[in-house]
Amino acid sequence: MAGTLAEKVWEAHLVRRGTGGSPDLLYIDLHLVHEVTSPQAFEGLRLAGRKVRRPDLTIATEDHNTPTLDIDLPIADLTSRTQIDTLRNNAREFGVRIHSLGDADQGIVHQVGPQLGLTMPGLTVVCGDSHTSTHGAFGALAFGIGTSEVEHVLATQTLPLSPFKTMAITVNGALPPGTTSKDIILAIIAKIGTGGGQGYVLEYRGEAIRNLSMEARMTICNMSIEAGARAGMIAPDETTFEYLEGRPHAPEGEDWDAAVEYWRTLRSDDDAVFDAEVVLEASDLEPYVTWGTNPGQGLPLSASVPVPAEIADENERVAAERALEYMGLEGGTPLRDVKVDTVFIGSCTNGRIEDLRSVAKVLQGRKKADDVRVLVVPASARVRIQAEAEGLDVIFKEFGAEWRNAGCSMCLGMNPDQLAPGERSASTSNRNFEGRQGKGGRTHLVSPLVAAATAVRGTLSSLADLDLPGDVDLTTFDGSPLAPLEAPSYV
Amino acid sequence: MEKITTHTGVGVPLRRSNVDTDQIIPAVYLKRVTRTGFEDALFAAWRGDPSFVLNQEAYTNGSVLVAGPDFGTGSSREHAVWALKDYGFRVVLASRFADIFRGNSGKQGLVAGVVAQEDVELLWKILETKPGTEVTVDLEHRTVHADDVTVPFQIDDYTRWRLMEGLDDIGLTLQNEADITAFEATREAWRPRTLPAKHLPSVPVEPARPVS
Repeated sequence: MAGTLAEKVWEAHLVRRGTGGSPDLLYIDLHLVHEVTSPQAFEGLRLAGRKVRRPDLTIATEDHNTPTLDIDLPIADLTSRTQIDTLRNNAREFGVRIHSLGDADQGIVHQVGPQLGLTMPGLTVVCGDSHTSTHGAFGALAFGIGTSEVEHVLATQTLPLSPFKTMAITVNGALPPGTTSKDIILAIIAKIGTGGGQGYVLEYRGEAIRNLSMEARMTICNMSIEAGARAGMIAPDETTFEYLEGRPHAPEGEDWDAAVEYWRTLRSDDDAVFDAEVVLEASDLEPYVTWGTNPGQGLPLSASVPVPAEIADENERVAAERALEYMGLEGGTPLRDVKVDTVFIGSCTNGRIEDLRSVAKVLQGRKKADDVRVLVVPASARVRIQAEAEGLDVIFKEFGAEWRNAGCSMCLGMNPDQLAPGERSASTSNRNFEGRQGKGGRTHLVSPLVAAATAVRGTLSSLADLDLPGDVDLTTFDGSPLAPLEAPSYV
Repeated sequence: MEKITTHTGVGVPLRRSNVDTDQIIPAVYLKRVTRTGFEDALFAAWRGDPSFVLNQEAYTNGSVLVAGPDFGTGSSREHAVWALKDYGFRVVLASRFADIFRGNSGKQGLVAGVVAQEDVELLWKILETKPGTEVTVDLEHRTVHADDVTVPFQIDDYTRWRLMEGLDDIGLTLQNEADITAFEATREAWRPRTLPAKHLPSVPVEPARPVS
């Protein structure tokens, strides 16, 4: 029977098929753990006298709470310190591998899995974090779970689940210069809405997706959750295999050959039926920014802030009014005139080496706008080391940006990196909810290129606003990485 | 999870409707890293009021909460059930529950029984006229007995079976442990293992400082 990619991965993990309305029992290949959603799960195991069934399929890292400055000092915030100490103790007690602050593979859990070569096509990957959808870029079925489910996976390496629906999102054509995969996903969310993907696994396909680098694909799958979806997936191909080959945990020799042979079968059959389909033309895309307080409230940068009175749907009008009040924006203001206080470049959405390279290319030889704070936070310590090896940190510092240590940082402000009340950011992260980056903080979600241009000008800007065509080959900013993604120099 | 077939304990009349999970346990308590010890957090905002029902001696040791309709609405936090259980409650009775709360209750061994609103009123009357009255909840027969009154309650068959067998989700899954072990034997060699750790070359990580 013809199947979609998601259905194939699902079927390959069925421990037990549910009967009479009870859920299927699915095997979990890889469980990623961090300090915020795991303490009660480990406590639950302890109370019930249970063990971690498969420590060898589990890995922990510290990311949500970690400071990005002074990482050699004790963590000042007591709650954060307690959560991190608790994770370290739990990892030791239950025999789980952990990458702590100061370790080269510490960083955002959704960067650590891929960079170690643990994330692979055809796996089921879970983590107590909604952005686990990131790993779907490899053709894995990857989704966020709650604390009870974390405990369930720790104890049994399985999850009882009811099948998801499937949605194909086809992005045809080629991305225009100056646009990125972030603009694709912001445009998709603006089109289908923050609830549009509810109950679905999204499969991204089409020429524009095929031409994206592995890291750019991760950006798209990462934000599937902002469309309300359970997961996002992209069928693996040569780009995927190239990214994986030679990474520490990638299969070797015969195992590699067997894996690749299987991975090539991981695509939706031509006659597979999706429960829903959406089509986008990449050539229509422009740099996108959000103007409101949910990721679906986004528009091309060339547009103006919507005028609520002109919105026909009453719910949307009321939501827009409330959003504009919170954001301190007047309807009708050109988005390009919006002045920001802070530019945040980082997160599991856009904190990878390609993101940093593309930003560095824009910032090189320039100075930041006055009164703008610019934070550059690599997704992992390894990304930071790589960036420093390439001299990107020098470019950032000369530009006037702060170059930080790895972590979730200002994406959610659980650590000291926060917006002050009323402070406005252009942020490469994934959520612009009220208070997300700090109480009263105002967030505009943007691509790394828009963030960079905004840091130069101080108002929401794209590359087109900068005086640099000719000096950068803008076409290299589309799907393909800015500089060729060099194979990591693992020994 | 403990098996429950019947439970007898002091009934507590909570004459409020729409008790949401923020009232059951305020967000400030969610930063804790334990899943026990939330008894002080239960109804934290109301506990400061001497007239609040749990502050009256006859009800302090209550274990059967009889609440108004739409109990447990709002945030999905599992802490709400933990707090009720930590305080000592084993049963909550109301005429309507929020879905997520009811689901969470079943998973954690708290009985959430649906009782018709007129029967809730009847129970309230008994518990208020005779504070400290014990209530017996019988899962087998799906009845609530207090003083000389017996009223029915509803609970779905699956949750009732799990409560009576003392099976939490994990316990249920582990009934199929042989299936899990058999599945594990079929997993291909290329699938990744985190242990033993294969490390990248070790690189010293220096703390970054802000640009001065």
